[in-house]
Amino acid sequence: MSHQNKEDKGAMLLPLLKEHGVDFLPFVPDAGHASLIELAFDDPHIQPVVLTTEEEGVALACGHWLGGKKSVLLMQSSGVGNTVNMLSLISNCNFPFVALVTMRGNFGEFNSWQVPMGRATPDVLTAMGIQVYVVERDDELPKAVDSALYSAFSSDQGVAVLLSQNLIGRKEW
Amino acid sequence: MLKRRDVTAKLNDMRGESRIISGLGSSTYDLHSTGDTDHNFYLWGAMGGAAMVGLGVAMAQPDSNVIILTGDGEMLMGIGSLATIGVQKPANLSVIVLDNGHFGETGMQASHTNSCVDLAKIAAASGFKRAETIETEQELERFLQLFQDASGPSFAAIKVEQEAPPRSLPILDGVELKNRFRRTFNLFPK
Repeated sequence: MSHQNKEDKGAMLLPLLKEHGVDFLPFVPDAGHASLIELAFDDPHIQPVVLTTEEEGVALACGHWLGGKKSVLLMQSSGVGNTVNMLSLISNCNFPFVALVTMRGNFGEFNSWQVPMGRATPDVLTAMGIQVYVVERDDELPKAVDSALYSAFSSDQGVAVLLSQNLIGRKEW
Repeated sequence: MLKRRDVTAKLNDMRGESRIISGLGSSTYDLHSTGDTDHNFYLWGAMGGAAMVGLGVAMAQPDSNVIILTGDGEMLMGIGSLATIGVQKPANLSVIVLDNGHFGETGMQASHTNSCVDLAKIAAASGFKRAETIETEQELERFLQLFQDASGPSFAAIKVEQEAPPRSLPILDGVELKNRFRRTFNLFPK
């Protein structure tokens, strides 16, 4: 996928997040989220929060909701492995939770070390009670993210939207 | 040496309208022992998450004072949180660690702070505005006078005795704990 398309993804997602009233974007960076993070840093209405590990983002999102604000966690599939026990907060307290997860270790992966966690990502999330929406194509992305935000913040559900490597493009080496 | 329940009782006397997030284990029992209130959010699990839950509340409600009350073991598991808080610098946030140098809930195994690890120095190096190790009554009094002045983030590692006071157990119902805490900000039902 070209650099241009990655920029388009951020430009498409940011207005959608704002439309749903998302206030904070905790993130551990990934190239697939780079344009969204960059745009958010320039936007006065949505605040990115850099994390040292993805589990911080789960707990932070719960704290934001305790204070009446909405978060969406941005991370890579490898980071899902770091969140596992912290996701118990979501199921124990029915916190609304949305994560946008860029996938590694599937289509066209060069780095085989990314494959085990990429393979386990949907199962790990499901095992912890988080719903999984898999997005394979650009034109499916807005609807999936819109649906995730709607379900999470209207009725306290936990949803992860997985952005396939089909969609974000493989990392070139 | 200071005793954890005395420290918690003093903190509770000084808290006013502060929201307190307590970390898994003894800190949750300590906080509950001072008297239950909707302004408390007790963690019964999610070890390592107390600091980030507190940061979230502090960022969402910048005009409210927020305190994280946790132990050295729970803080160590979320040690990167100190870096994340240091970057965000919420003026209304205090992190208070009841540091007995041990994992009290699991058989009193020595923790890193019982060896060479200095949590206050980590907090200071992470960008906290104030970070201290507290060992005496006088130091504690001084910290409790200052901690609500919205000049944080502030951090205190309070050295306490290695002891296990009787457990004081809050409700386990996470949904109720969430909803009642949100109601203190007039946020219920959604």
